Amino acid sequence: MRKRDASLLREAPLVTALPDRSRRLIAAVDAAARKAGLAPGMTVTKARSLIPDLIVIDADPEDDLQGLRRLALWAGHRYAPVVAPDPPHGLLLDISGCESLFGGEDRLAKDLFRRVLASGLNVQLAVADTIGCAHAVARHVAGGRPSLIPPGKARAALSLLPVAALRIEPGVAADLARMGFTRIEQLIAAPRAPLAKRFGAGLYRRLDQALGHIPEPIEPIFPKAVPRVRRGLLEPIGTADAFAQVIHDLTADLSAALVTAGQGARRLDLFFHRVDGDVPTIRIGTATATRDPRHLAKLLCQKIDTIDPGLGVEAMTLVAPLVEPLGPAQASGLDSGLATSGRGPDLPALVDALANRFGQRRLYRLTARPSTMPEREVACLPALASSSADPHRMARPLSSEKGTSDKNEDAPPTADRWDPDCPRPARLISPPEKIEVIAALPDHPPALFIWRGTRHRVAAADGPERLYGEWWRAGGQEADTPFTVRDYYQVETASGGRFWLFRLGDGEHMSTGPMTWFIHGAFC
Amino acid sequence: MRSASVIEELRARIASIEGVATRHAVLPFGIAAIDAHLPGGGIASGALHEVAGSRNLSDDAAATIFLAGILARTDGMVVWALRWADLFAPSLAQAGLDADRVIFVEAGSDTNVLIAMEEALRHPGLAGVVGELGKIGLTASRRLQLAAETSGVPAFVFRRAAKDEGETGGTAAVTRWRVRSSPSERLTIPSLARPRWQVALERARGGEPHLWTVEASDAQGRLALPAELVDRPLAEARRVAS
Repeated sequence: MRKRDASLLREAPLVTALPDRSRRLIAAVDAAARKAGLAPGMTVTKARSLIPDLIVIDADPEDDLQGLRRLALWAGHRYAPVVAPDPPHGLLLDISGCESLFGGEDRLAKDLFRRVLASGLNVQLAVADTIGCAHAVARHVAGGRPSLIPPGKARAALSLLPVAALRIEPGVAADLARMGFTRIEQLIAAPRAPLAKRFGAGLYRRLDQALGHIPEPIEPIFPKAVPRVRRGLLEPIGTADAFAQVIHDLTADLSAALVTAGQGARRLDLFFHRVDGDVPTIRIGTATATRDPRHLAKLLCQKIDTIDPGLGVEAMTLVAPLVEPLGPAQASGLDSGLATSGRGPDLPALVDALANRFGQRRLYRLTARPSTMPEREVACLPALASSSADPHRMARPLSSEKGTSDKNEDAPPTADRWDPDCPRPARLISPPEKIEVIAALPDHPPALFIWRGTRHRVAAADGPERLYGEWWRAGGQEADTPFTVRDYYQVETASGGRFWLFRLGDGEHMSTGPMTWFIHGAFC
Repeated sequence: MRSASVIEELRARIASIEGVATRHAVLPFGIAAIDAHLPGGGIASGALHEVAGSRNLSDDAAATIFLAGILARTDGMVVWALRWADLFAPSLAQAGLDADRVIFVEAGSDTNVLIAMEEALRHPGLAGVVGELGKIGLTASRRLQLAAETSGVPAFVFRRAAKDEGETGGTAAVTRWRVRSSPSERLTIPSLARPRWQVALERARGGEPHLWTVEASDAQGRLALPAELVDRPLAEARRVAS
């Protein structure tokens, strides 16, 4: 958890140390120290004899734990409601159901990985079916990127790892190793009774947890000082109707708390405390701050069917981890239809309902983005963003283009409208498809083209519209290459269909492109 | 005078029995030849309409702009649910449907498109709801029709890459349109004239099927009749008169 101080020399190995009786033991090592052969548990004296210029600082477990807690709350805020610190240096996140907001587990993991790394912490990350499996893979599979274990593959992922990866006492691991059990697959294959007798039930509990045979709930931590309401239930409930009833009670309670605080919720997490200790959750977001209990209850109830009640739910907690000030002007009592204006009634409610079902990223408005390449002319805006308020700051490129977008936001923000004089097709063929063409160089439109095996005779054409590649970007794609030229032609076939064709290259200089033809869209 | 009002009243009663009562406003095309064919004189709000192109991408493109043109002549926000990500937004803006007015939902499957449409149709005050999908069944279309009736929002189901008529099952939509691109007028210069469409009203509750050739939506979403076709009936009339 210790961030490296920039003032310390970068290349000198760094370790933290804890007093242990009369000597000092290494508590944690950085990458350079690990490379040099140091490991936690070694004495500082021995380490210094190996590496004379070693930097040793005192470990502060209490502070580390606080840091871990802060990191957990941040991750809970950003990624998934159920998080828990896993001391001494781990973090557990239950991301089930949350990955869709990021467009998949891999995207979520990558985003988390990148952000933690950027904050100056070394990080290893694994996504798996069980806590045990993720715990083991994150710690024992080397890698500069997140490891994703597909569902149902926990056993395969674990089998080759050392038994020490199972969260068992170091002494037990050493004893097992002495008995010849080095890898987990050996442990799975061995008869249970003798080993259980020798090492106690703890060993097999850890193994079964890692394999998913017995459940292992995460006890989530909550941020302090956020609105939170809880209802304990006399008897465990498990039906959708009963959940809906409790949700209505909880949102009413929360709404009252929010009115007092002068706040509106932007995000709600609903925790279902199951009898068996598991805590499935629902997370919803709202496009504008709201505390209308009916609206919030409706959004939550939409997702009840994602909850597996198991043997029953004995308590439910509703937390608003993200709140915004909301004046009393829109306090409850006003019909939500009256409280909004401008865009037509109740648009925030509609946006919330759709965004919570399909994910925030799948709901957007589109706006013009300054670019010379047609496929990059379009950018997404949040569905409720006002277009006048600096669209370029909030705009993100369309999903098909995510890979190249991150570092290339330096295009000059000039256009906020598409040019009405440059006709654009209603349907874009993306990526453009290669076609065979009969055309006279350098600047005649095609007389005939063959697309998907069908021959289209061109009856009339307009063009060319010459577009140059975005030479100021360095993405390595065709559209970024310096001096790329596309000559676009609008053609009408004999049957009246209009298509958008282009030739890669200006028709004279081979340096501008290989003179191949593509179809890029269909007009009305 | 009195008989005329009686007929009007009877018409209204028949319309309400048939379920095409114009409780909600209509969106006229502004072309008498088309509007006269439609019950109520235009595209009924608070009802489900079906629009299709064909297997040809250019016909689907034409149907897209046909829809954009209808919605361009309304006020307010439009929800457009997508199943495929091939819609190119600049073209909507060029047909008069401003990008600020459209909220896109990337629904990803037919079922999700229907869910998104129904959710959107529950919210009165939208200018229109469009859903692009592959197939729609009778039950789903009934649900959408009911939701649209309740909120008064016009709903459009855009069947992508639709098969030819005769092969589609019945739906509860009050009108079914098919738009195809059609050869435009040849100019004497090497350029393209305004695109033309064959707009077929294949089905209309309380109306007759019909086929028009029109000039495509302009920048304000207005269709037009081609000049020579406008002239033709007149010329015929003159011939009959002489």
